Amino acid sequence: MTLHEILFWILSLWAIVAAIFVVLSRNPVNSVLCLIATFFAISGHYILMNAQFLAVVNIIVYAGAIMVLFLFVIMLMNLNTDTEPQKSRLIHFAALISAGSMLLLILAALRTAELTEVPVSDAGDIGLIEVLGKTLYTDYVLPFELSSVLFLAAMVGTMVIARKETSKEEVPSDNK
Amino acid sequence: MPIEYYLFLSFTLFAIGVMGVLMRRNAIIIFMCIELMLNAVNLLMVAFSKVHGEAGAQVFVFFSMVVAAAEVAIGLAIIVMVFRKINSVDINVLNRLKN
Repeated sequence: MTLHEILFWILSLWAIVAAIFVVLSRNPVNSVLCLIATFFAISGHYILMNAQFLAVVNIIVYAGAIMVLFLFVIMLMNLNTDTEPQKSRLIHFAALISAGSMLLLILAALRTAELTEVPVSDAGDIGLIEVLGKTLYTDYVLPFELSSVLFLAAMVGTMVIARKETSKEEVPSDNK
Repeated sequence: MPIEYYLFLSFTLFAIGVMGVLMRRNAIIIFMCIELMLNAVNLLMVAFSKVHGEAGAQVFVFFSMVVAAAEVAIGLAIIVMVFRKINSVDINVLNRLKN
């Protein structure tokens, strides 16, 4: 086994175990921490595939920004106790069976697929910032600009949804 | 590594995410499991972009991260709003749209 394969198996095991703990952990804060561990493992996979830009963006955006937002909300609601009422054991079993059957179904469908024989290697430089930047600013410049509009809309929407409700007396004003 | 290994890994992560959505009652945990599924798909897309030598796929992964960030901001705002109204994030309490 080469070093590349050893790292692949370690990172895969790490990602799957951490993802299972996200689902099974009773305390929401532990779930968030396990999800951050999963994201770090996925970033490791990106580095193994020489997708350096996405590895860095994954850590900054997901593990840095999004999960801190989750942690803030959990702390804000004071949910960091394991008093969450659990679903019944039957529902747990049914969820396990459904997810397992879905996995089996996809894997069974994969058997008839014609996959390429080209292995995923760390050769090539399409994951580097230079190449991706050129692609982003030539072929995909319109989606890039549109995503800024999307962010503006999301920002305004968050403010509108999350602000405190004003008192009901002010709303029906008689300025007809 | 052959592409099959990445397919197996992504499908397993996706199935764990589905299991979490079906199993948990806390709306925030369900939201986190959706993020997990998004990441599984991103991982698969990067693997296929390496196989086919296509840089556009990695740009699409970047855009999917952008959309996920916006989605998380909106979704958490909705969850905070719901928590303020009914003091719970239990999805079994959030059944007012049923009737």
